[in-house]
Amino acid sequence: MSTTTGTLDPATRRVPPLGGLNRTVLGIELRRMLRNRRTVIFTLVLPAALMLSFGGQSGWDDKVGVGNVGAYILASMAMYGAALTAAAGGSMVALERSLGWSRQLRLTPLHPVAYILMKAFVALVMGALAIVAVNLVGILQGKAEMPTSTWIQCGALALVCTLTFAALGVFIGYVVPGENAMQILGPGLALLSFLGGLFIPLSQYAEGVRLVAYWTPMYGVAEVVRAPLTHELPWYAVVNAVGWCTLFVAGAAWRMSKDTARV
Amino acid sequence: MTTNTTNATAPAVRLAGVTKEFGDVRAVWGIDLALRPGEIVAFLGPNGAGKTTNIDMLLGLTKPTSGTVEVLGMEPRKAIARGLVSAVMQTGGLLKDLTVRETAAYMASLFADTRPVDEVLDRAGIAGLADRKVGKCSGGEQQRLRFAMALLSDPALLLLDEPTTGMDVEGRRAFWSAIRDDASSGRTVLFATHYLEEADQYADRIVLISQGQVVADGTGPQIRALASGRTIRAWLPDADVAAITALGGVDHVEVRGESVTIHAKDSDTVARYLLTATPARDLEITAKGIEEAFLSLTGQGESA
Repeated sequence: MSTTTGTLDPATRRVPPLGGLNRTVLGIELRRMLRNRRTVIFTLVLPAALMLSFGGQSGWDDKVGVGNVGAYILASMAMYGAALTAAAGGSMVALERSLGWSRQLRLTPLHPVAYILMKAFVALVMGALAIVAVNLVGILQGKAEMPTSTWIQCGALALVCTLTFAALGVFIGYVVPGENAMQILGPGLALLSFLGGLFIPLSQYAEGVRLVAYWTPMYGVAEVVRAPLTHELPWYAVVNAVGWCTLFVAGAAWRMSKDTARV
Repeated sequence: MTTNTTNATAPAVRLAGVTKEFGDVRAVWGIDLALRPGEIVAFLGPNGAGKTTNIDMLLGLTKPTSGTVEVLGMEPRKAIARGLVSAVMQTGGLLKDLTVRETAAYMASLFADTRPVDEVLDRAGIAGLADRKVGKCSGGEQQRLRFAMALLSDPALLLLDEPTTGMDVEGRRAFWSAIRDDASSGRTVLFATHYLEEADQYADRIVLISQGQVVADGTGPQIRALASGRTIRAWLPDADVAAITALGGVDHVEVRGESVTIHAKDSDTVARYLLTATPARDLEITAKGIEEAFLSLTGQGESA
């Protein structure tokens, strides 16, 4: 056999910057999400359609904080859309693991942290798209009313809160194998949204239900996201939002670290 | 039989006193091995011999329980980060919703330096499929895509874990001719297989492993000779092991109760001796398969 040639000289080889994170990968990952019809329907079309039906209910023009009920519903629906999108994105991590793709990536310089950052970025971009979609529908519907700054603040807060659900998606994706994760996350998130006061204000629930609702994961983020509009934010809602985010991130990190031990 | 592989330059692969245990199971039990740059080496052994565990250790996917694993003189993960090592796995590792070109472009973007995507697809013979979704490719086409992905970083060491499993004869031949053409550039290739024929045909050197140990290491003809012996079984109480071993051409003698099992290259001599010089009865001679060769070689390793 011939001797080592120039290109195979280990001394000439470099390590990629940023642990392998780059624009090509982000572009392909985003394209994958947008090409997936199921993802687009459940995360972009569904929340927008819900916005259309919920947003037109009676009493939409009643005053809430610095805006009206239409604005309250809009902020809530944007949160729901973003949460669903981010959870769908998160659950794909486990799916890729089961397909052996994570193992393939382990044979490249891509650092595990860079992989997580990339997935988080894609989840945020998709969450932002969901928020924009719901807001566009809201604007076209012409019922929501609030100052533009409030509008932007609500959207930005919803984007931050998507992290909680991206982590939840990763966690559930690992616990429930294969493509079944979304079958649980879809109805599960809808249930949590009802319970957390995202679809129906908590004030309309019976006392007993409300006491339970305060402890569920959607309650905190819902209050946080609507705070710029309502100018109300109970301290326990903030504790709820931070607490569940920490819990889901910890759960996802725990499952993933257990998992990579036997990639 | 073991080839001495001390080399002035850093070996492509160096395993020294490597063991790997999973709980109570010993997957690898004390392997020492060095591969010279440019060698094409087969890891030959039955299922569960520890081939995949060794490959995983060379890829830094799993850490040895004890011992040293080095690739091109560095820690496996460091070699991976520099694109010096790549691997073709038997299954999985592909996303069905990406096209062939997207998959290669995705992989290519992760390395500091790579060969052009189109060149690599061409070399793997799938340039014509570039825009096809991976999920629509046949098993053989997917395997060639995995090969293309492995070539992207122009690795100095290429690891193949049972690369032709599930391929037809034609696909297998095409795959290996691509590998052979490619290896002339000085790349070291290490492949795991449980087919003696495949190892013999495509490797410069065969490392026979069984139960986590190297039981033989040599060229194809040398290894084939080991598998070509026969097994002689006979009823013989109080067998004189030393006398049988001294017959010449006897690899291994095993006494179980009143029966004796002898692995030998020259079965005629052993049979003649047993029937004429001992009270042996019920003599049985069988050709040794590769599996049995593994077993006898491992048995030898333990009694030595």
